[in-house]
Amino acid sequence: MSAATIVSLPDQSTARIPKMNFLTRENGLLSWLLTSDHKRIATLYLISITFFFFIGGALAGLIRLELLTPQTSLMAADTYNKVFTMHGVIMVFLFLVPSVPATIGNFFIPMMIGAKDLALPKINLLSWYLYVGAGIMMIYTMAAGGVDTGWTFTTPLSTHYLNTHVISTGLAIFVAGFSSIFTGLNFIVTIHKMRVPGMTWFRLPLFVWSNYAASILMVLGTPVLAITLVLVVLERTMHIGVFDPAYGGDPLLFQHLFWFYSHPAVYIMILPGMGVISEVVSTFSRKRVFGYTAVAFSSVAIAVFGFFVWAHHMFIMGISNYAALIFSLLTMLVAVPSAIKIFNWTFTLYKGSITFETPMLYAFGFMGLFTIGGLTGVFLGTTGTDIHLTETYFIVAHFHFVMVGGMLMAFLSGIHFWWPKWTGRMYPEKISQFAAVVTFIGFNFTFFPQFILGMLGMPRRYAAYPPEFQALNVFSTAGATILGVGYLLPILYLTWSLKYGAVAGDNPWQATGLEWQTQSPPLTENFLETPIMDHEAYDYEWLEKQNIARQQQKEVASAG
Amino acid sequence: MDHISPVLWQFLEKWLERFALFPPEASTVAPQSDALFFFMVLVSLIGLTIVVLLIVAFSILYSKKRHPQAVQIEGSTILEATWTIIPLGLFLVMFVWGALLYFRIYTPPANALNIYVVGKQWMWKAEHPGGQHEINMLHVPVGRPIQITLISQDVFHSFSIPAFRVKREAIPGRYTTVWFEATRTGTFHLFCTQYCGTNHSQMIGDVIVMTPDDYKKWLESSTSGNSLAQDGERLFTSLSCGACHNARPDARGPSLAGVYNARLTLSSGQAITADDAYLREAILNPSEHITQGYAPIMPTYQGQISEEGVIALVEYIKNLDSDYRVQQTLNTTELAPNIEEKAAPAAKAPAAQEGVNP
Repeated sequence: MSAATIVSLPDQSTARIPKMNFLTRENGLLSWLLTSDHKRIATLYLISITFFFFIGGALAGLIRLELLTPQTSLMAADTYNKVFTMHGVIMVFLFLVPSVPATIGNFFIPMMIGAKDLALPKINLLSWYLYVGAGIMMIYTMAAGGVDTGWTFTTPLSTHYLNTHVISTGLAIFVAGFSSIFTGLNFIVTIHKMRVPGMTWFRLPLFVWSNYAASILMVLGTPVLAITLVLVVLERTMHIGVFDPAYGGDPLLFQHLFWFYSHPAVYIMILPGMGVISEVVSTFSRKRVFGYTAVAFSSVAIAVFGFFVWAHHMFIMGISNYAALIFSLLTMLVAVPSAIKIFNWTFTLYKGSITFETPMLYAFGFMGLFTIGGLTGVFLGTTGTDIHLTETYFIVAHFHFVMVGGMLMAFLSGIHFWWPKWTGRMYPEKISQFAAVVTFIGFNFTFFPQFILGMLGMPRRYAAYPPEFQALNVFSTAGATILGVGYLLPILYLTWSLKYGAVAGDNPWQATGLEWQTQSPPLTENFLETPIMDHEAYDYEWLEKQNIARQQQKEVASAG
Repeated sequence: MDHISPVLWQFLEKWLERFALFPPEASTVAPQSDALFFFMVLVSLIGLTIVVLLIVAFSILYSKKRHPQAVQIEGSTILEATWTIIPLGLFLVMFVWGALLYFRIYTPPANALNIYVVGKQWMWKAEHPGGQHEINMLHVPVGRPIQITLISQDVFHSFSIPAFRVKREAIPGRYTTVWFEATRTGTFHLFCTQYCGTNHSQMIGDVIVMTPDDYKKWLESSTSGNSLAQDGERLFTSLSCGACHNARPDARGPSLAGVYNARLTLSSGQAITADDAYLREAILNPSEHITQGYAPIMPTYQGQISEEGVIALVEYIKNLDSDYRVQQTLNTTELAPNIEEKAAPAAKAPAAQEGVNP
């Protein structure tokens, strides 16, 4: 323990947005489309993933509307199947996977380590173009009539039994996969090679650690998915028997390959979100993250163990009972680092000096909902209970608690947290806090009933269901409406704040990261002079000394 | 209460009808599964309460108003060890408990009555050994272990009976098994829980659990006249399988009597057990499953026999060493306890049926 620190908030009344910054450096569409500035690319990503989030969200709305009644009343079964498939594909591959890394990570990882840009700026731009290409293919798929394989593409259904646009969807995901491989590769090289003097591995902000772990998963896992999808396309077009037993293929092979990527993929999605929570909880407690090394290594442990648990998606599929045991045991091991993180964040609050701005509210939401999501994951990782609960709404609720309750909360937390740095302006605090609470309430209303539905045995992906499940589905749909409001509000007030928000200044939260030690919005080069990292991460005493030194400098200047 | 408002009352009644909160427990394994489930709910609630209470307490105690100066703390090895070891210990308890349950659900008892179920877009076809066929229905007796041998004719399906807490994937080209013993009579949902195309949500049916007497009546009234093995025999004859597999000294194929569950050596040198899965493969892809000492001359039957046909053939081969033909269609699936009570002559045949079940 060390002495207490008082962090004084800077006076913002005289602050102006600096005339020269990465947004004003160049103008015109081409200056954006041909940029290699990681901050501009992050902005492009932010706009594109928000676009796809709202398409995916609208599809989710349709699903909830259809499930209001037990019969198929709003759309035909085929349409429903397409709607949930495209909801899943868009949300997973075009929103969740790139969400935090490609936007917040892209913008802030170089700044956090004091670099001018990512190591491979053009690859970064290429990665965005690949993403856009994948997005266009996905929009084509939807316009041409959609796809109804489910986002899991289970063979032989996807290879021989459906006439929808499986190939264009598969290729869209293939291309999106390369986009995330490039992002991951870029992060790994950048974090290894571009750290400023003094920025040792154990001085890195935890956001960088978690994105590093996620990048490793992206680079090692995504190629397997890409190959698998190519095999699906080959089997579909040329009837090469890989997966379909009718052509001599192995029916379970596809699931092994698919989950070999898609289980690590959930850690690709959640790890960067965990990084956001570390930054936010520390900043709004004015206190260093409790157990820095434990949190850092738990990210790495999740990345390593995450690769060896894929068959827990297949406990009921006739894999050997002993294989099921091993995968169940490894699943228990991967649950532990997540528990470690939750407790470390909680104890970061201990003896802190806590304020409750919007990012912190979202972070609290994350901690509660992710705890539920994680613990229900243990229900599914336990072989015996998985038999009853898998393939029901229990699993739907579980992964929405992790992905929406966890990841989306973390994303919104991060967007609000770094908004002042990104745009130079503050978001309106009161309405944002309100939106955070609305999101939390709406979320629980939407997804908690689904745990009960799952325990009752309601299968997932049903367009129609037996009437006794109706009441809980009505709750869920009602909750989704509230949740929808919670997501629309930020779009409105964040857009509003671009013009009318209060000027933020360099470091409105008095956070310690290097990204806060430069102007907002930052210069294209990020820093006027290369910063030197001469302190630990989350060193609030250093920050206080800096503030005092700056104050004195100002006084000297005005006296002189 | 209905004097308050009949309309409101009606509405309430209807609402409650559509407001299930807990599934019935209708099999021997259901209470065991629920016990573990509630143990995990309890542990989760305690864990969640601890986290939420700490967050709330710290937020109140250390809010900026009350606690303007944060105290910088590095961490604590003892605390880290605590919240690593305790969750790990609890997770390991769940793992072991769950594993015991898993093995119970997926290890059928030797005396289980075997019913074949074929999943296809979008129906469940049940094939009882007595030759009863049903679609999207499954009649079973209460208090008797039932083994379901599953296969899919086309895509992945999943055979789920929530009231029994059992589920098993129906996989194309591969047999899987699951078993249960119903403890309550009644009608329960049978769902397909693996997305299987357009009418996935219509691939539902009823499991009808009956008293032994009612079950017997049902068997009698729904017989098709032939047992499943007899169906298999007809198919065996019409496909001229007997031209080679005829047990004559100069036969071109191996004799099939007693082949079921026997150890065989293949021409590749591999030693295998001739179980259901092997027999199915040997019929559909014979060239890869040639018994040592025979020429690879058998043509493939892939695409020529439906899964139900293969099941009938397998059932026939299983019963070749018994006097299955003597059996009436009914008593092949008759209940074991009833058989013992009955007169001796009929008892012999079902015993053979019992014997071939793994």
